[in-house]
Amino acid sequence: MTQHPNLTSTSTAIPGSPASVVKGNDRRYRQRLPSLGRGLLRRLFAGLLGVGLLLVSWQLIALHSTDFPSPWQTGEAAIPIFAHPFYVAGPNDQGIGWNVLASLQRVAMGFGLATAIGIPIGFLIGRYHFAADMLNPVIALLRPVSPLAWLPIGLLVFQRADPASYWTIFICSVWPLILNTAEGVRQIPDDYLNVAKVLRLSELTVIRKIIFPAVLPNILTGMRLSIGIAWLVIVAAEMLTGGMGIGFWIWNEWNNLNMRHIIIAIFVIGIVGLLLEKLLMAIARRFSFEKR
Amino acid sequence: MSKHPIIQVQQVSQYFSTASGDFLALDNVSFDIAAGECISLNGHSGCGKSTLLNLIAGLTFPTQGGLLCHNREIDGPGPERAVVFQNHSLLPWLTAYENVELAVKQVFRKKMNKAEIKDWIMHNLQRVHMEHAAAKRPDEISGGMKQRVGIARALAMKPSVLLMDEPFGALDALTRAHLQDTVMDIQQQLSTTIVLITHDVDEAVLLSDRVFMMTNGPAATVGEVMTVDLERPRSRVSLADDERYRKYRQQVMHFLYEKHSRAA
Repeated sequence: MTQHPNLTSTSTAIPGSPASVVKGNDRRYRQRLPSLGRGLLRRLFAGLLGVGLLLVSWQLIALHSTDFPSPWQTGEAAIPIFAHPFYVAGPNDQGIGWNVLASLQRVAMGFGLATAIGIPIGFLIGRYHFAADMLNPVIALLRPVSPLAWLPIGLLVFQRADPASYWTIFICSVWPLILNTAEGVRQIPDDYLNVAKVLRLSELTVIRKIIFPAVLPNILTGMRLSIGIAWLVIVAAEMLTGGMGIGFWIWNEWNNLNMRHIIIAIFVIGIVGLLLEKLLMAIARRFSFEKR
Repeated sequence: MSKHPIIQVQQVSQYFSTASGDFLALDNVSFDIAAGECISLNGHSGCGKSTLLNLIAGLTFPTQGGLLCHNREIDGPGPERAVVFQNHSLLPWLTAYENVELAVKQVFRKKMNKAEIKDWIMHNLQRVHMEHAAAKRPDEISGGMKQRVGIARALAMKPSVLLMDEPFGALDALTRAHLQDTVMDIQQQLSTTIVLITHDVDEAVLLSDRVFMMTNGPAATVGEVMTVDLERPRSRVSLADDERYRKYRQQVMHFLYEKHSRAA
């Protein structure tokens, strides 16, 4: 039967006639579409399975512990929190929305500073051997230092918590920006620069018209890594400095022994971090000449 | 060759420092190129053709000897010696139009107004038959088309010499033939001086007034100069049966594969 599809499907169609040709095409489409759908289904299934496994392990841990809340309990606790994310009941008791925004504002300050200073330094290191030889040892020495080691220096110099956390975010997130920018400048093909030489372009025009567009993808990669680090650092910094912010919120709930809220905060931090990364990837796609 | 020379290469030697000591790439090379002449540098890979072209371009400087352009020492690169690079080297984030514009604005900023600049850019794209792709970026056009835009950019600088470093090396035979014809047309119209690096024997004979055959490195030099006395415009089809063309071809082949053959 399967060897003669034309004969079995329509008894009137003569093999090779237009009707049977259309039938043939039709069949091929039907074979292709499900395979495309299957891929999507498989990915959806795998993703749900991953989340499901996480919830099951979480539930197992909760069953064997007296203090650890179960997913269900956490979900229940989350409803009032997300029902009123922007309430204000005093300086130390505000909704989670305000806390996230306070943290984002600090990240924006520290990250903005890192961008403004890191990219030009990266340019210098990539373009001039002298700058590279001068700064590379310093970078190699300072880069591996833990974020929290920088906080006391910030507190000492600025005497206030907020500038100290800007400083900590800045110093931790500036390295990937410097290194990626420098690497991008170094990798610019000689041909592009030879074109600039033949045209006798001024150094400023070379930077504006050739080096900057060529390095933009690297800069955006640096920014993506950098904002990830900034978001990691802010939680730790806020735990120590207090005030407002998602990190302080976690510390506060720990003092209240409210484990449910801590787990909710962990999810919030994860989701916000994911969104920041996605945002920068979208910007990178928009500006990168490679993917347009 | 009684015309006054536009490029003079005088006793040029070039050493490169390598891990195993100094390497003599070019040994005492001298020749003149007359205005409006098309010469090709022919030889095996590594014989110093590109080294020589970079010296004329002013991108590098000779260890000994000197190079003159219009009787003035070449002390750096400049738009009067435009280079067409082998891999087109168009800026990938600019359209074909913008790539040419970068050159035109730099060279003629003070001499042309906006409308003139625009016309001049389009005029040069038309010369290489690329006006239809003005708004396309390099990754949207084929290799041959990229090379055409590269030539348009070079021509737009109104160079006294066009330096071409294996401009068609990466292209297929048919595309290469089209581009060779385009270059011959342009040379006929503008009588541009052209220095062409190639290891394609047909390309050398077809395009050149003189073929400079270089010996193998180290210590490469110009081994033989062959004057191609074929009237222009030249047609590849009719020349294919021409006895003189075949003899010129044989002379280059003889030099490359018998006198200076290279164990590959």
